[in-house]
Amino acid sequence: MSLINLFRIAFKALERNKLRAFLTMLGIIIGVGSVIVMVAIGQGSKQSIHDQLSNMGTNMITVQPASNLNGGVKIAGTSFQTLTIKDIVALKAGAQNITEISQAVTARGQAINGALNWPTQMAGVSPEYLDIRKLSLRDGIAFTPTDLLTSAKVCLIGQTVVDNLFPNGENPMGKVIRFGNIPFQIIGILSPKGFNAFGQDQDDILIAPYTTVQKRILATIYYTNIYASATDEASTDAAVREITTILRDSHRLTAVQDNDFTVRTQQELIATLSSTSGLLTVLLTVVAGISLVIGGIGIMNIMYVSVTERTKEIGLRMSIGARGKDILMQFLMEAVLISITGGVIGVIFGFLSTQLVTLLLKWPTIISESSVVLSFVVCAVTGIFFGYYPAQKASRLDPIEALRYE
Amino acid sequence: MSKIILEIKELKRDFVMGSETVHALRGVSFNVNAGEFVTIMGSSGSGKTTLLNILGCLDKPSIGSYLLDGVDIKKLSRDQLANLRNHKIGFVFQSYNLLPRTTALENVELPLLYDKEVSATERRQRALAALDQVKLADRQDHTPSQLSGGQQQRVAIARALVNEPVMILADEATGNLDSRTSYEIMALMQDLNTNKGKTIVFVTHEPDIASFSSRTIMLRDGMIQTDQENKNKRSAKEVLASLPKTADYSTEAK
Repeated sequence: MSLINLFRIAFKALERNKLRAFLTMLGIIIGVGSVIVMVAIGQGSKQSIHDQLSNMGTNMITVQPASNLNGGVKIAGTSFQTLTIKDIVALKAGAQNITEISQAVTARGQAINGALNWPTQMAGVSPEYLDIRKLSLRDGIAFTPTDLLTSAKVCLIGQTVVDNLFPNGENPMGKVIRFGNIPFQIIGILSPKGFNAFGQDQDDILIAPYTTVQKRILATIYYTNIYASATDEASTDAAVREITTILRDSHRLTAVQDNDFTVRTQQELIATLSSTSGLLTVLLTVVAGISLVIGGIGIMNIMYVSVTERTKEIGLRMSIGARGKDILMQFLMEAVLISITGGVIGVIFGFLSTQLVTLLLKWPTIISESSVVLSFVVCAVTGIFFGYYPAQKASRLDPIEALRYE
Repeated sequence: MSKIILEIKELKRDFVMGSETVHALRGVSFNVNAGEFVTIMGSSGSGKTTLLNILGCLDKPSIGSYLLDGVDIKKLSRDQLANLRNHKIGFVFQSYNLLPRTTALENVELPLLYDKEVSATERRQRALAALDQVKLADRQDHTPSQLSGGQQQRVAIARALVNEPVMILADEATGNLDSRTSYEIMALMQDLNTNKGKTIVFVTHEPDIASFSSRTIMLRDGMIQTDQENKNKRSAKEVLASLPKTADYSTEAK
């Protein structure tokens, strides 16, 4: 029997029991729909975490002094003084996978404007720092290489500091504040970034030339950190290896000595967070997959009913020349038709629900093609798998008994 | 000498029911030639139904041979039997067995759906021609529920004719019909037999119906009791004409 005829017969059989067919499809519709919605929500949140991290600079690499043994006592890395201008020069000269680099020294202290004061930290950096950290200015300009050379007493101010030192809405631009004892002129205001993923206020900061912080505040020649940008996300690993080699060389470490610095990337952070949300996607998919299986069992159930109530029809078809295979195909076609129609409606339903979720709950969603294709394939396979046994039962009926069945 | 359609030799069929063996047929032999109209009669338990199942290639004999149009069915597989039924036998059942909510035309088309060599257009033409033979061409779009019992049985006969079988096998085909409609069906059968040359094997338990055939085989306890030509075969048309014209509810379109 040709496929077209099989399709027609199956379609007619379903048409005769429209409501029943629809209710059976409902299981598949909900299954496929929920797979699509769940995966879309999972993917969406994964992407939004990724975007958030990108905003922090996903290709950012941080170098800091490593902890080390000093007479048997482990000393915290941050108190170590290993990163110097020599390292910066070596990195600038030797690293191929790095686009920008900035040294950083941080000092904690009190920012003072007249009678108002606020405890904050000052980061002494080079102008590239803004690019590396993806910081932008709401107003004013960044300091220049000239400011670095002259250790100029200029700074960029974060929103939190602005709010605390200029509570009455005065324009801080051009104003002079003090950090500790040193007066600084405000030449730029940073765009607010809010809190980062770890609850740190990223706007509670003053940024000044590193020379100024080194010479006028801390009186040191060392750096707290080195920040660098890899060419792109993909080359981050290469950049890390490069930095490690150059710094080991610059610090004259022999092959047996451990690194006296650590190199960190945001990749690790992204990987951790992505894997968490990846787990979420897997869980949601499993739940949705279970509902697909339940839908499949619904198909199986209804196909058994269908075979039983049409035993006489099967007997008749066999007596006028239908082979077991023809009967098998007929019922299989019916099951597949239910599951595929349910699948198509489910895909549409999934799309609409996803849009609704985005619209009403403002959740980020991404409909992934693979989830659509996968759930569609799964439901077709479900139809064949769960439709096969009832269909096989039908095909093995004895025509004599089937004909006499009441 | 006309062609032999059915050739049955020493046919036996046993059923094992638990520890007992039931001998439904205990050695039946007869031939049916092309163009014959044979009725098989017998009371219940005579092996009538078992014989019918074997004749219809739905069942195989335990011992003995059955050649249908020269084909020994004993050697055939399940699928080959289905194919044989499709090409050589036209079934007419007591309870019509039409597909519900399916038009008369589609019901008649059904056997051809299982024949790969028949195209969709040919299928339609042949189904229409078969419906025309039972004078129901104008009812082709009616579903069984819109047809009377007699009309439904005529659709079933059209379905049996559509694959041009070598034999029409009727199982109590008038069993569910009133006598007037039964005569109409028998008139149609006689017409197909004498004018179209169809071979008909008609299983019944009504002697009245058997009297319209050319030959009657009587079964009893799994054996042939009598097998004789009908000397005074009646014409169903004449019987029908002799019936008083009543306001019959089954005024069928002729």
